[in-house]
Amino acid sequence: MNTLATAADHAAPDAALPGLFDGLRAVFQRDLRIALRRRSDTLAALVFFVLVVSLFPLGVGPEPGLLRTMAPGVVWVAALLACTLPLSRLFADDHADGTLELLLLSPHPLALLVLGKVAAHWVAGVLPLVLVAPVLALQFGLPASAIGVLVASLLLGSPVLSLVGSLGAALTLGLRGGGVLMSLLVLPLLVPVLIFGAGAVQAHLAGLDVVGHFSLLGALLLLALLAAPAVTGAALRIALE
Amino acid sequence: MTRINLFHFAAPARFHALAGRLVPWFGSAAVVLAALGLYVGFFVAPSDAQQGEAYRIIYVHVPAAWMSMFVYLVMAVWAGVGLVFNARLASVMALALAPTGALMTFLALWTGALWGQPTWGTWWVWDARLTSELVLLFLYIGFMALHGAIDDPRRADRAAGLLALVGVVNLPIIYFSVQWWNTLHQGASVTLNKAPSMATPMLLGMLLMSLAAWAYCIAMGLARARVLLLERERHTEWARAALHPSAEAA
Repeated sequence: MNTLATAADHAAPDAALPGLFDGLRAVFQRDLRIALRRRSDTLAALVFFVLVVSLFPLGVGPEPGLLRTMAPGVVWVAALLACTLPLSRLFADDHADGTLELLLLSPHPLALLVLGKVAAHWVAGVLPLVLVAPVLALQFGLPASAIGVLVASLLLGSPVLSLVGSLGAALTLGLRGGGVLMSLLVLPLLVPVLIFGAGAVQAHLAGLDVVGHFSLLGALLLLALLAAPAVTGAALRIALE
Repeated sequence: MTRINLFHFAAPARFHALAGRLVPWFGSAAVVLAALGLYVGFFVAPSDAQQGEAYRIIYVHVPAAWMSMFVYLVMAVWAGVGLVFNARLASVMALALAPTGALMTFLALWTGALWGQPTWGTWWVWDARLTSELVLLFLYIGFMALHGAIDDPRRADRAAGLLALVGVVNLPIIYFSVQWWNTLHQGASVTLNKAPSMATPMLLGMLLMSLAAWAYCIAMGLARARVLLLERERHTEWARAALHPSAEAA
């Protein structure tokens, strides 16, 4: 299929050749527009995030010292869930109306198209969580400098959640009970992100250096950026065979 | 010298016959080696200077932990071969190994808890090796759950195979966790590049138990692969002949 498309492109004048990132940009803009027009989906994830975090003080009691120790882990676990659970729908609508098959047939590299979809999901669905996180951290009594570290760790780590989550979404595309199954597949793989993300804030609270945690988060992000879109693309091809 | 054809046994019918002949050998080897290993471990080996008798759980714990990681690696290799060469038998092997690997992981965690209670004074600690071994168990379960959720066996093979390959990143984390992090779990006592730090009968017992675990995993993997093959190829001539030998003879 790809060879046919390339041959057609060569026949056309050079100006008509699509650039490498044109497909990525188009998918990104389209998905972002869809997300902005369906604000309720985005807001639901945000409310879910706030709700899960708010449940912890009710469950473990309002003791300030305990809450301050727990805050990084609680916010990170809630972000992990709020980021990955809605991802099971990432390809579902496109799959239902046939858009996904057209994306797979297009001459653009599938990995970049996947990256566009994931980027749109991150900007529309995850970035609001990161922006709300400082308010929640204040409720848990975190000091200002620790809140800065928390937001930075979320900014660095949450794209990994979206990237690896997209793989789970592609593997479970169109399956019965796909949402629960996706969590089962994806959450074990995301354990390192949780450990180093929450660990950075805890290390900062303990007065330790956080450079190591951030380096590892950055390494995870680079690895996920490099590998996840291609693997997700392969999983999509398997799903639509 | 004739060239060995690696793909000779990739044909399901030939593999089924070969595995049928191999399973009893590996199965009985597992039983004999385990009996010998347990005898050496419980009656010949001395008790440990620091841990007393409780250390004897290592004769099950260490082989199970080794196999839990190794079986995952083998499973991922078969899954990769299945994906790259579109080889049905390789995917069947990967699927056949998954329950055995999950069992070994569970055994390693369970015996580790039994050992931890008298020695560390706790059933469980959230240290790097225990946590990553637990993640390995989830990876096995995820592999089997994904395979079970997809009705078409070939799509299930590929999707689960892809997941198995991604999960391989966990193996080095488990293996090196005791070196990378300062964990409660001790480092390795047996390595290839230096003399083992334990008495010879202990080492012998552990070696016998490891070989028994190997033989058990091979036997179980092959036996399960035979059943899976028969199930998938039930419409073919050879599978029917294998299932109803009497009808064939009559």
